[in-house]
Amino acid sequence: MAIFALWVINKAGGLVYQRNFAEGLAQLTSNEYLVLAGTLHGIHAITSRLSPTGSSSGAHVIEAETFKLTILLTATGTKFVLITSLAEPSANSVLQKVYEAYADAVMKNPFHTPEMPIRTEGFDARITALIGSGHT
Amino acid sequence: MSAYAQPHPRFSVLSSSSLSSAELLSPSNSSARFSLPSAPSITTATGAPKPLSRPNIYDRPLNKTRTTEVSASAFAFMFSEVVQYMQKRVSGINDLERRLNTLGYRLGTRVLELMVWRAESTSKAPKREIRFLPALMSIHTNVWKAVFGKPADAIEKSVENEDEYMIIDNDPIVTRNISIPRDMSQLSCSSFTAGIVEAVLDGLGFPARVTAHNTPNETYPSRTTILIKLEKSVLEREELFK
Repeated sequence: MAIFALWVINKAGGLVYQRNFAEGLAQLTSNEYLVLAGTLHGIHAITSRLSPTGSSSGAHVIEAETFKLTILLTATGTKFVLITSLAEPSANSVLQKVYEAYADAVMKNPFHTPEMPIRTEGFDARITALIGSGHT
Repeated sequence: MSAYAQPHPRFSVLSSSSLSSAELLSPSNSSARFSLPSAPSITTATGAPKPLSRPNIYDRPLNKTRTTEVSASAFAFMFSEVVQYMQKRVSGINDLERRLNTLGYRLGTRVLELMVWRAESTSKAPKREIRFLPALMSIHTNVWKAVFGKPADAIEKSVENEDEYMIIDNDPIVTRNISIPRDMSQLSCSSFTAGIVEAVLDGLGFPARVTAHNTPNETYPSRTTILIKLEKSVLEREELFK
């Protein structure tokens, strides 16, 4: 059981934070990450219309054969995406704590411009403390 | 035309226009920049004046809010906006620190008044610190408790310079969520706290220059030192006391 990666996508679909933890995912260039994040943003928007049970805010978990994507959509349109192994049970709680760390270390930081790439040491430190090496 | 001298930059000014103060404070003056709590007018149109529904903030007892707390998140957001506001208007790191210091200074004068009033007003023999070390101790404990809720972590005296003392805070609340970018690593937003300390020292009669510096160590990466550099007059006076 492992956490492979964390992405934070702003409300316009741009990737503002990307970090890998446990090995298991292919290494991509930063441009490829940007493209993937934008694609995920679009797909997420489409899935909100596809729900068979009425209103939906979009896909929450997308499972593949070797990993799963858990997406936390905030009230402001920011998406926190956690890529984990299939058996990982704590994805939702980890995402909530990541959101809390974001609200504290990024939003309250006067040197961060909202919707721009996150280059905040405090956030990095808190994510390290939270997820560490990604092996659980 | 009023003949106000330019007030000391550390004191807040309502406006620099030449209106007389009566015009400035009138609640009906639409160009007043601050909204004042409107006291119900005594000369209402008909009938007896209505009783005050709740006391004016100025009439509230000062001890009422002694132990109230403020949301740390609310303060963090406001302070973040203060720093961003200043960043657009300053010419460099030193200027930013100076402005934060000035802002803290305005807070410190009020903190000192309130703190001393709350501590000494009910006692039969109110006392005042006239020696420097007890004053420093009182800042370390009382001011920190009044403003941050807990005493500061350490006091140190510099070995190289006679006139330098340091108050150390291992995890300052003011800057808890601030991450300084690498190209501004000299900046310490605790200059705000330094301003508070400077105002308290000035009010107690120990003029000094107070600055804040980041002094991280392994256990406390955000450890901050408030450096107090006393003026010569204070040292001379302390010598006379001995």
